[in-house]
Amino acid sequence: MAFSVTSRDGRRRLVSRLVEVACAGAVVAALVPLALVLWYVLRNGVPALNRAFFTSMPKPVGEPGGGMANAMVGTLIMLGIAAAFAVPVGIASAVYLSEYPKSRLSWAARFAADVLNGVPSIVVGIFAYVVAVLPFNRFSALAGGFALGVMMIPILVRATEELLALVPPSLREGALALGATRGRAAWTVILPAALPGIVTGILVALARIAGETAPLLFTALNNRYWSTKLTQPIASLTVQIYTYAQSPYEDWHRQAWAGATVLIAAVLLFSVLARTVTRRLERMHRP
Amino acid sequence: MERQHFEAERQALRNQLLTMGALVEDRVHRAIQALVERREEEARRIIETDKEINDLQIEIDDRCLKLLALQTPLAVDLRLITSAMKINADLERVGDQAVNIAENVLQLLPHPPLKPLIDIPRMAEIAERMVRDALDSFVKGDAGLARDVLRRDDEVDGLKDQLFRELLTYMMADPGTIQRALALLLISRHLERIADHATNIAEDVIFIAEAKDVRHHHLGLGVEKP
Amino acid sequence: MNLEKGKPMSPEAAVAEEGIRIRTEVKPRTQSAETPASIRMEKVNVAYGGNEVVHDVSMDVPERRVTAFIGPSGCGKTTLLRSLNRMNDLVESARVTGTIRVKGRDIYAPGTDVIDVRRRVGMVFQKSNPFPKSIYENVVYGLRIAGVRDRARLDEACERSLQGAALWDEVKDRLSDSALSLSGGQQQRVCIARAIAVEPEILLMDEPCSALDPIATLKIEELMYQLKERYTIVIVTHNLQQAARVSDKTAFFWLGRLVEYAPTPDVFTNPHEKLTEDYITGRFG
Repeated sequence: MAFSVTSRDGRRRLVSRLVEVACAGAVVAALVPLALVLWYVLRNGVPALNRAFFTSMPKPVGEPGGGMANAMVGTLIMLGIAAAFAVPVGIASAVYLSEYPKSRLSWAARFAADVLNGVPSIVVGIFAYVVAVLPFNRFSALAGGFALGVMMIPILVRATEELLALVPPSLREGALALGATRGRAAWTVILPAALPGIVTGILVALARIAGETAPLLFTALNNRYWSTKLTQPIASLTVQIYTYAQSPYEDWHRQAWAGATVLIAAVLLFSVLARTVTRRLERMHRP
Repeated sequence: MERQHFEAERQALRNQLLTMGALVEDRVHRAIQALVERREEEARRIIETDKEINDLQIEIDDRCLKLLALQTPLAVDLRLITSAMKINADLERVGDQAVNIAENVLQLLPHPPLKPLIDIPRMAEIAERMVRDALDSFVKGDAGLARDVLRRDDEVDGLKDQLFRELLTYMMADPGTIQRALALLLISRHLERIADHATNIAEDVIFIAEAKDVRHHHLGLGVEKP
Repeated sequence: MNLEKGKPMSPEAAVAEEGIRIRTEVKPRTQSAETPASIRMEKVNVAYGGNEVVHDVSMDVPERRVTAFIGPSGCGKTTLLRSLNRMNDLVESARVTGTIRVKGRDIYAPGTDVIDVRRRVGMVFQKSNPFPKSIYENVVYGLRIAGVRDRARLDEACERSLQGAALWDEVKDRLSDSALSLSGGQQQRVCIARAIAVEPEILLMDEPCSALDPIATLKIEELMYQLKERYTIVIVTHNLQQAARVSDKTAFFWLGRLVEYAPTPDVFTNPHEKLTEDYITGRFG
């Protein structure tokens, strides 16, 4: 069979090709910064990683060596506090929003969540300072966790609400037809149905706030020593990196790079974890 | 478990048709017995109880109609139900023929017998067996038996012709015998019709089993092997 | 058949030979379509935001029989069905007037416990909607939310309901598998088991077979013959043959009004109203 090739055909094909190339180029352009960041951090951070880094405490000024063990633990503790506080509040709010989408309260809540999402993290930090530090006259891990939690809530609420909306309404109908109240139906059927997505949402939110520094500056401060007391200032990975990076010591700079590497690795780990957990949970949802 | 309800209905339909068949067969038999044994009471009883058959026919037709409307039978089920309605009609006609025979018997009994009865009982026996076998083939879905029934129709026709020739000689010899001879002729005619109805039933059975319409040309089957 | 030479058999002998008795028929399970009323509707109107969808319907649904609602799309049959277990309450703009009595109690009377109504009047939906839980958890869900905790009771109810839904043999070894791992027809039967686990008086079925293949449909129709020995069933269907096969009484709706309501054989062989006949014969709709 012969195709007739008109000049219009040829031009069309040329244009199509150009657009393809342009799009590919845009993708590359978007990936370049990410690649550069990764490469730079890894190049500087990996050599500084050693066993000591993970197990030992920061050494006094001037002394080489030491690590960020307390900072990593501190970050984890504050993430735990944040989650303990934000997850119930966030999910409960999302359930309310999805069951009563048209009420005044829902409208206000949604608006508030959207605004809170956009508030700069340092402002959240100041707010947490006023609310959780001043009245008790001390910096504490709790305050730090609280600040992080406040940042986590709007992310969770919006994500969970979307996920609940994706649950087929036939499930709600089925539960109600069996004599469930709206609340019962929401908690025993709809929420479990959305669970895989919600877990992903929590893990992703945790990954987001794990990298926050500003709010911690006014709340948890920092702590040179090993401390797991919730009512005392506590070290965190991000603040530690910040402190070390600003210092004049070469050794501390190296440790800061190492810290950044650990942070990136942690975020990556959270993502992978989110994926696997979701897949496990989804087995109950699909054959 | 499949379509239990429909199966139950089909079974009930079959049973009702069989009941009807047994009843009409019995009546034909008793009508001939009334002739042979000269029992007037028996003949009268047959005429009076015809309503029973008619009621059953209406019941069966109604059942078939409901089955068609409510179960939308297809394929063999459809052929079964539509043929059941036809068989129903044929059986009712056989019942009518029994009544006709009884009426002719009542005409004959007041007078002395014209001749020894040989052909008529013979015809009756064949016709009754044809009806029974036709119904049997319906129950069993046996097209071979049905074809066998079709073949026997010729024998009945032959006997009827034979009887006619014989009675003709009686009538020509003595006009006083005409009334009785005619009554006997009519009886033979009714028996021949009964055999025809049996062949109709047999044709329907073949239709159910093979989806082949063998009406009006089954004479060719006489040479077929079963 | 045994043919004795020359002697035709008496009818008694003939039928005895066949193993059947004269005049004996296997009677269909339902003698008549009439039993005491399970549901009584009087002048029921349903409107969605001022738009009347069901006008002035009055009818009695007989106990332990299958009643079918038929009619073209949009005729109000599903809306009426959903009023029977107050599922229309979920639509904000829905207004129901008139009286609906279930076993003598007006289900729209002020102060009525809606949860109780929904337990007494169960529902099976068009597209099967098993929860993303195990088969066991699906079936006992209704009992759990009613406060039943005793494991033995739940187990017994689970087996009883799955037996009642003709599914027990197929799933008894895998009750902890996800309900979503079953085929479409099995999922629908899980939903039926789930509905009957709470022992309702009435079972509403909204086009239960429309998403199923013919074999699965047949299984569920056969199931209905068994279910109606214990439950009153109301089924909405747009499949006329299905209504003809399974129901004892049929109600035909047109533009929100009840046009004809009679025993199914009558509706399908000799309907009273021309409108009904036109619909059934496919002259329109």
